Amino acid sequence: MPDLSTLLAQVFTGLVLGMIYVLLAIGLSLIFGLMTVVNFAHGALFMLGAYFGVFLLTYTKSFWVALIVAPLMVGALGLLMERFLIRRLYGRSPDDPLLLTFGLSLILVEGVKVIWGKIGLTLDPPRALAGAVDLGFMAFPAYRLFLVVVIVAVLVGLYLFLGRTNIGLIIRAGSRDPLMVRALGIDLSRIWLLVFGLGTALAGLAGILAGPMRGAYAEMGVTMVIESFVVIVVGGMGSLLGAVVAGLLIGQVVGLTTLFVPKLAEIMVFVVMAVVLLVRPSGLFGEAGLLE
Amino acid sequence: MSALRSIAGAVGAHPVLAFWVFFAFFPFLVPNRSLATQVLIFGLFALGFNLLYGYTGLLSFGHAAYYGLGAYGTGIALAKLHVGSLWAGLGAGLLLSAAGGAVIGFFCLRRRGIYFAMLTLAFAQLLYFTGFHLADWTGGDDGLRGIPQLTLGLGPWKYSIETTLGFYYFSYVLVGLAVAMLKRILDSPFGAVLQAIRENGSRAVACGYDVNRVKHLSFVFSACFAGLAGALDALRLTVVPIESLYWTTSGQVVMMTLLGGAGTFFGPFVGAATYLILEERLSLFTESWPIVIGAIFSAFVLFLPKGIWGTLTGGIHGRQSA
Repeated sequence: MPDLSTLLAQVFTGLVLGMIYVLLAIGLSLIFGLMTVVNFAHGALFMLGAYFGVFLLTYTKSFWVALIVAPLMVGALGLLMERFLIRRLYGRSPDDPLLLTFGLSLILVEGVKVIWGKIGLTLDPPRALAGAVDLGFMAFPAYRLFLVVVIVAVLVGLYLFLGRTNIGLIIRAGSRDPLMVRALGIDLSRIWLLVFGLGTALAGLAGILAGPMRGAYAEMGVTMVIESFVVIVVGGMGSLLGAVVAGLLIGQVVGLTTLFVPKLAEIMVFVVMAVVLLVRPSGLFGEAGLLE
Repeated sequence: MSALRSIAGAVGAHPVLAFWVFFAFFPFLVPNRSLATQVLIFGLFALGFNLLYGYTGLLSFGHAAYYGLGAYGTGIALAKLHVGSLWAGLGAGLLLSAAGGAVIGFFCLRRRGIYFAMLTLAFAQLLYFTGFHLADWTGGDDGLRGIPQLTLGLGPWKYSIETTLGFYYFSYVLVGLAVAMLKRILDSPFGAVLQAIRENGSRAVACGYDVNRVKHLSFVFSACFAGLAGALDALRLTVVPIESLYWTTSGQVVMMTLLGGAGTFFGPFVGAATYLILEERLSLFTESWPIVIGAIFSAFVLFLPKGIWGTLTGGIHGRQSA
């Protein structure tokens, strides 16, 4: 048995990983909830967030600028994707956007290798966050703590945006009954564009936040997007609360299995998914039949 | 174009015969013969995928699982358990992929629609990581090596699959039988129900069909075709690389089928040939050939969703054609 402080350290590591899952899953879930598009390119955009971060850090020398601008760049790319490509597929089978974004993610992943090379790059955290923080019972890297705080702040902001603003109201209504929203004279296509940009920007933010921990490499998004799909299946698609709970749960599952049975770490994620499917097919917080 | 269409129409009327005739000469039509075998094997893989996606309307993003199970089943039987018979080896691969299809299909069919695609992908990754860590059986990262290309014995007959052409015609016979089998499935009442489910699932339920059972059966059949393809590929390469189970393999079969034409009988072969020839030609010029394939694939999804073969035959029969 590992001692208590190792265990606690691993719980915190799991929390950090879980937070990144939450950010990715919320972006996916928002996009899916509103326009039934499963964005396979979400992982590639996560990866681009990290690469844009490295790029901006090299030229501006400021992590803080990179932290703000990289997600905006990824979001801008998302806007272009929705406006010029994915929009053409509305009204066709929901499989088609998945297939298209699969093709796009292939282009992005290989494109990054052409521009930045096949070998991964490192992304240094800002000097202010380089050390460790003494939490009383253990020391924890300051950057990881910062990451948790940023993501919690973003989640609270998102919650207020969706719950307290007019646009948020339209987004929630649009994912329940788009026909009715349109009948009320609201131009949903602008909302779709906005939400796609927002969701992809969250993927970019997750990417640059993850960068200082795992570096930037072309394939970094692929396993993340698949695991984010698992988070969504476990949490219930379209449920933001579900994405948070399931993301944190999967983070702990990975963190703790890594500690006890390292070989099973990747496998346990899918085992949890299988169990949830057996017990609660619509996910922990999902409504049965929603958007199926 | 109209000449092409009438050929496509004729092929569509007798697809099994067309397969036997065309692929008898195929190795002499392509620049290299190992490519011909690859087209057969990946065509079969895509054929299996197409049964599920094109005919039943279920998009699987995890068909690498059944291809990989077929490959490892055959590979492990021949290289680790030394069963000593090619038929027993192929049987082991088929059995393993059928079992995998039955179990994974059960889980994935608990969710419909777009969730289905994500679940198939997730379960395929589960198998990938399992294969990766069970290195004693699968060779792990190095792949499973040392699969013998045993001589075939059919009574007094002996047939060697060690030459490229020898292997091609061995695959030709097996893939041809699979093609005939698929045609039989699609023409049966069961096949008609599959297509009814694709067109309108709720209506098929209302007509009294046990839609979930039919889908599950289609899933298992599809896994068997993919498994046979994997088993043949294991024999062809004499190794099973761990990438057989990786999501890229699933992506490959999706792209092949859509390039050729989902829901068309020959689309998978047309798509497999297009993909493999493109890959071979492009990789001469650039390492980044996946960019080009990705762009072509995306363009097909956007502008030519019926694929090459579907567009050629589309004027005659619509989506269910040839």
